[in-house]
Amino acid sequence: MSRAVEETNRRLLRARDAMDRAYAQPLDIPALARIAYVSEAYFIRTFRATFGETPHRYLQRRRVERSMFMLRETTRSVTDICTAVGFTSLGTFSRTFRDIVGQSPTEYRHAAKQVAVPTCFTRAWTRPVNFG
Amino acid sequence: MMTATTLSSIFVLDQDEALDFYVGTLGLEVNTDQDLGFMRWLTVNVPGDPGRAILLERPGPPSMDEATAERVRELVSKGAGGGWIGFDTDDARKTYEELKAKGVDFTDEPTERPYGVDFGLRDPFGNAIRIVQRVR
Repeated sequence: MSRAVEETNRRLLRARDAMDRAYAQPLDIPALARIAYVSEAYFIRTFRATFGETPHRYLQRRRVERSMFMLRETTRSVTDICTAVGFTSLGTFSRTFRDIVGQSPTEYRHAAKQVAVPTCFTRAWTRPVNFG
Repeated sequence: MMTATTLSSIFVLDQDEALDFYVGTLGLEVNTDQDLGFMRWLTVNVPGDPGRAILLERPGPPSMDEATAERVRELVSKGAGGGWIGFDTDDARKTYEELKAKGVDFTDEPTERPYGVDFGLRDPFGNAIRIVQRVR
């Protein structure tokens, strides 16, 4: 039983890693379910049970985390960053950003400090914790 | 005063599979592989650097009860095992291509960072590994 859970976890983790890599692309549940070797409905259900949030919410937080990085580290416009991380509407981006971070993208940019630790850590640790 | 980091440890779910991955795929070398009776002491190191070994430790009795070990294994397989390893390389892109040919699970591709070029991958169990070509 435990071994089966471990194998399912590992496959779901592989799908989550794929989301981390392709965060700017549209959410493709069928493709992710194929990576995890499960059906689409089972993928959504077990992803939530395993990681505490739906794939959609995870992708939103990943995109917002990447946008936070770009707001901190670059001078690109908010609109440009919105598109770069995979949002197709500035309104949705701003609303989602505020919902998760508690500030607007512009407010966040003004208050943010640059960080100097390996990027894998900033990716993991600056991902906003609002699971929604 | 401490003078060096000599031994660190990461949880693996199967030591034979770990040996195959860390030595056969990543190219590390076996430091020690000894059956101590109560555990298999399996350490590896970067070639030419035996002074810094990594223990590939299987969670289980007697160091922890079976229920705890099961929980640890679940966390490792979720990528939340608590351990990760960072390696340096002289050429990140070349190393990436070599590992890609071996079918490694990457978390991200080689990317320019302020500190160099790095990429990420996972071992067969879910542990994160980071490989960096540092700015000289």
